Amino acid sequence: MDNNMLLSVKNLHASVGDKEILRGINLEVKAGEVHAIMGPNGSGKSTLASVLAGSDKFTVTSGEVAYKGENLLAMPIEERARRGLFLGFQYPVEIPGVSMANFMKLAVNEKRTFEGKEPIGASEFLRMMREKSAIVELDAKLTSRAVNEGFSGGEKKKNEIFQMAMLEPSLAILDETDSGLDIDALRIVATGVTKLHRPDNATVVITHYQRLLDYIVPDVVHVLYHGRIIYSGDKSLALKLEKEGYDWLINEYKD
Amino acid sequence: MKKESENIIDSLEKGDYKYGFTSDIETDMIRRGLDEEVIRLISQKKQEPEWMLEWRLKAYRHWLTMRQPEWAHLDIPPIDFQDIIYYAAPKQRKSLSSIDEIDPELKRTFDKLGIPLEEQMALSGVAVDAVLDSSSVKTTFRNTLAEKGIIFCPISEAIREYPELVRRYLGSVVSYADNFYAALNSAVFSDGSFCYIPKGVRCPMELSTYFRINAQGTGQFERTLIVADEGAYVSYLEGCTAPRRDENQLHAAVVEIVVEKNGEVKYSTVQNWYPGDKEGKGGIYNFVTKRGLCHDNARLSWTQVETGSAITWKYPSCVLMGDNSVGEFYSVAMTNHFQQADTGTKMIHIGRNTRSRIVSKGISAGRSQNSYRGLVKVAAKAENARNYSQCDSLLIGDKCGAHTFPRIDCRNKSAVLEHEATTSKISEEQLFYCNQRGLGTEEAVGLIVNGYAREVLAKLPMEFAIEAQKLLSISLEGSVG
Repeated sequence: MDNNMLLSVKNLHASVGDKEILRGINLEVKAGEVHAIMGPNGSGKSTLASVLAGSDKFTVTSGEVAYKGENLLAMPIEERARRGLFLGFQYPVEIPGVSMANFMKLAVNEKRTFEGKEPIGASEFLRMMREKSAIVELDAKLTSRAVNEGFSGGEKKKNEIFQMAMLEPSLAILDETDSGLDIDALRIVATGVTKLHRPDNATVVITHYQRLLDYIVPDVVHVLYHGRIIYSGDKSLALKLEKEGYDWLINEYKD
Repeated sequence: MKKESENIIDSLEKGDYKYGFTSDIETDMIRRGLDEEVIRLISQKKQEPEWMLEWRLKAYRHWLTMRQPEWAHLDIPPIDFQDIIYYAAPKQRKSLSSIDEIDPELKRTFDKLGIPLEEQMALSGVAVDAVLDSSSVKTTFRNTLAEKGIIFCPISEAIREYPELVRRYLGSVVSYADNFYAALNSAVFSDGSFCYIPKGVRCPMELSTYFRINAQGTGQFERTLIVADEGAYVSYLEGCTAPRRDENQLHAAVVEIVVEKNGEVKYSTVQNWYPGDKEGKGGIYNFVTKRGLCHDNARLSWTQVETGSAITWKYPSCVLMGDNSVGEFYSVAMTNHFQQADTGTKMIHIGRNTRSRIVSKGISAGRSQNSYRGLVKVAAKAENARNYSQCDSLLIGDKCGAHTFPRIDCRNKSAVLEHEATTSKISEEQLFYCNQRGLGTEEAVGLIVNGYAREVLAKLPMEFAIEAQKLLSISLEGSVG
């Protein structure tokens, strides 16, 4: 096995109820890579992200997923997270009354405990919070507020990337992190993601728009359609899709 | 296929009550059952004056004419009041002069409960009047308090030492005829605490009483009387745990509070009595009457975190008699498994410009039933009364029930009364979000519930708030759905 291989998805099928949404996904992500997943609405992009994170809304009916060489599908959601899989939510949920700082401290310590490390000290944690919130220009005041409560759309997305920075994942899957952002917020969020990129981690961005990829330059662009990856190419594919839409690919695929 | 969260429910339901131990202390009991002779015996054991015995007997005779109330949204199995031992006190051969003389077994019990006796108390600044079963064992910090003229002692001692104060206030807020359980308590109460803060004195520390039911098959009938004289202030903490027993145990306490002109009392409770097992077997029946009377410009604040007992029947109330007086009620009531709670408050506005505030947060899990019952009453002469009520219910799983019975009785047109209510569930999305950040489901539920209850927990003194937070998480074990 390739030691750099972080994620290897083979013939993954998943359904919600009787409806099959993922119909044979194959995907390999290596350390140091950035992948973009594009595709029309309803093609299964968000489902793929949720299934990899372990959401029990979906049932995996067949296929395999290896994460760092281990069977990802056998792990509970929190173990996937503690092993360094991070999902940036398209719609981050609010948790009233729970401060962002408290939430992050628990999350960071769960990961540290899992790795056999001591819980983080108070002053080190505060320093880390300051440092990481600066990456996405997240107002430091927001970290003392309740998780996502009363955050604007842009703040919620920045907050996702802030959490990613705090948790330093090996594999981050960002589900439409660019949706609902104005141009400035998009630049800040995307630049933040780029800053977090290292040779030993990887990022999978799910997006509708090529503009995000101006900042986060992908090594590979995949097109997901009808629960399958029907085409993969380099970053120029995104530009072509932006100009010409998906029809040419879909028509080809139907043939 | 079972969802992961359901599997967690199953595993969590095996969670045990962490305070379920009993201690082998020699106990001095009287015979089972209740009649005038038993009451005379209790009074005699307490070396009470004649007037006290007379009061008990009056209460008993009145109690005989009363019936158990049935209006609450509770399913109460029949209770045989003749099958209860009404007095049990740890046997002690002589009075103690230092902590070292306390029965080591008793001391261990306190230690297991984490009661900060002796030096720990000095450090944390809490004076504890520890009550084991019905008789007070040790009262601390008496001297420090005495310097300020504060009296904080077992009520049995107060009856002997300060009869004029006790006679003046006992039964003045909750009369012996008030209700079935209050009458029973008046007849048989064995001990409790008495607290008097003199005029203009601010009690320098939080006063704390830990109650603990111990001997098998004995009821606990506490009587607490707190008086804040004019301009006085006190913050009073009550915490409860009980060891597990299969037999249901009856607890009928009365707490009376008098807040004189310009005085202020904060009364905080964390109640964690044995709730019964996951099948609903055993557990404490908790029928409590708590009421405070506010004179002009006085302020009374009740804060309660209720996680224990098989059945809870409890309505800490404020009688806002004086002009400009203020009553507050902050409550978190959590029920799990087969627990039943019917709890809330009464705000009785009588004086002018009186204000009250109610924040109730109910949490139901398992197959439990959780009811909020409230009354906001504005009397005809209560000009400019204000009330704000907020009743929130949080449901965990789909087999529990949350009910609210808010009542408003307004006789004055100038009143402004607001009522807000919400019902919510812990969502799958919230749990998924927490799980995805590495939190286990149990931890996530604890976190979400604590967040939900935060507004109330924030009203508790610091150490108490931390204990309450832990309790909420522990009590939720076996509830995720």
